[in-house]
Amino acid sequence: MRAPSGPGRSSSRRANSPRAVLYALVLTVACSVTSHAQDRGGFEAKIEYCKTCHGLSAQGYRGWFPMPRLAGQQPQYLENQLRAFIERRRTNPVMANVAHVLSPAMIASLAAHLRSLDPKPIGGAPRASLGLGKRIYEEGLPESNVPACAACHGSEGKGQNEIPRLAGQLYEYTVGQLTGWAKVRGQGSAVDTSAIMAPTAHNLTRSQVEAVAAYVSYLQ
Amino acid sequence: MKRIGFRIVLLAMVACIGPAMAWDGANVRNCTWCHGTSAQGYMVAPRLAGQRPTYLEGQMRSFRDHTRDNPFSKQYMWGAVAALDPSAARDLAAYFAAIPPRPANDGDANLIAKGKAIYMEGIPEANVASCYACHGPNAEGIREIPRVGGLAYFYVKARLEQWGEGYHSGIGTPMPVVARSLGPAEIEALASYLSFVK
Ligand code: HEC
Ligand code: HEC
Ligand code: HEC
Ligand code: HEC
Repeated sequence: MRAPSGPGRSSSRRANSPRAVLYALVLTVACSVTSHAQDRGGFEAKIEYCKTCHGLSAQGYRGWFPMPRLAGQQPQYLENQLRAFIERRRTNPVMANVAHVLSPAMIASLAAHLRSLDPKPIGGAPRASLGLGKRIYEEGLPESNVPACAACHGSEGKGQNEIPRLAGQLYEYTVGQLTGWAKVRGQGSAVDTSAIMAPTAHNLTRSQVEAVAAYVSYLQ
Repeated sequence: MKRIGFRIVLLAMVACIGPAMAWDGANVRNCTWCHGTSAQGYMVAPRLAGQRPTYLEGQMRSFRDHTRDNPFSKQYMWGAVAALDPSAARDLAAYFAAIPPRPANDGDANLIAKGKAIYMEGIPEANVASCYACHGPNAEGIREIPRVGGLAYFYVKARLEQWGEGYHSGIGTPMPVVARSLGPAEIEALASYLSFVK
């Protein structure tokens, strides 16, 4: 009597506790898998959404609007711009809505991921004034008070911190920003980082803008 | 019933005209048989009138190399373009693009406001992209991005559903990702709104 019940009980006790441990483990794994999947899911779905418009490798895309390359962009610049869209310091009907629903943690993850991408430039810019573009980029135009872009954006156009990467940027986008700077950026009364670029954008003529925009669009 | 009848008629037509399909200059009747008078669309064959020529040309290429692979495309268009050489395709695209388009007006008018809001703004919290960003403020399209304003309700609905089901119409295009985020209610509202856009 004791023999079957004793070992039986004890074995069931023995089996119980490892089983409980096992259940707990399975549960923990399951939970961490779900929460991981949810985190990844939230992030994956969001980054895919960004790439719908900004190009499937974030290399930029020509829609009705030119949608800028985000690949390799400086995280701090990216975060600054998203905040500027939310606060309407930078006006754009599409991005204001997009940026509005992003949490700070999501913005940080998106910025870090985008920074790590390195697709080839999308290309397609006119090549006729690449020489002039290179000269403006590297030396500026002292006679019209235009500083060398390289001084801030770096000799390879990679940018740093709040200064954006220009390398590989969509030609039409860069032309649009530099010709419309005062109407789109630094809106409202608060002074922000966009003020640094305002005089330079103002002092460039349309054809100089086109030349330098074409030059940077081909930088890898 | 209607659609089955249509299919049989189409099949019969394809069978008859298949061999004689070769493009012979100004003969667009091979196409308007299915696509309707002045190419305004007829039943499952969409409107071609006023469509972006670059898009039309690209889709003819997609049918020819079988990239556009949904059942109707397979059944009706693979054969229809098999004998078109690139320059004939370009001529046809230019011809159809120049015809003024008329809206189908066949969606649910109660969904216009909802559809328009999604079209313009997307639904950022559900990762639905604004269609406006690519297709333009009046759904007129640009370059290889098609005009979607005024297309028939059933056609737009089917296209949006098919991308979600894994069918293709081009290589590396954004629409499969756009469509993946759309639910049935959004698709219905968008297709309704677009059918009324002039
Ligand atoms: C519906 C299309 C669309 C979607 C989706 C979209 N964007 Fe944009 N984005 C744009 C457009 C258009 C611009 C250009 C704005 C301008 O011209 O000022 C832009 C600009 C930006 C800029 C400014 C870049 C620069 O170089 O200054 C950032 C940053 C940005 N988007 C981030 C994102 C992120 C992150 C996501 C995903 C959460 C996203 N976008 C999703 C259309 C979109
Ligand atoms: C004094 C430093 C400085 C110099 C010199 C400078 N920039 Fe900038 N640039 C910036 C900063 C900072 C920003 C970011 C502005 C903001 O936050 O809105 C910027 C932004 C830009 C942008 C917007 C990028 C985007 O993705 O939207 C373009 C384009 C640009 N600069 C082009 C140029 C060109 C071309 C030159 C040379 C003619 C130049 N910059 C010279 C500091 C500089
Ligand atoms: C047998 C009927 C039939 C004939 C003939 C036909 N089409 Fe089509 N076509 C269709 C159908 C049905 C579709 C829709 C396919 C789908 O749902 O994906 C279509 C789709 C198209 C599309 C894609 C339109 C869009 O908005 O994406 C183009 C372009 C096209 N046809 C061009 C032509 C041309 C040019 C000809 C003449 C050479 C032609 N078709 C002849 C039935 C036909
Ligand atoms: C990032 C750019 C982009 C966005 C955003 C976008 N589209 Fe498109 N759309 C395209 C391109 C490019 C094509 C043509 C390529 C293809 O067929 O895959 C297309 C094709 C289509 C077609 C097929 C038209 C035809 O004649 O067959 C429909 C319908 C459509 N889009 C609807 C939408 C709707 C609705 C939205 C918003 C929910 C949207 N699109 C958002 C770029 C875009």
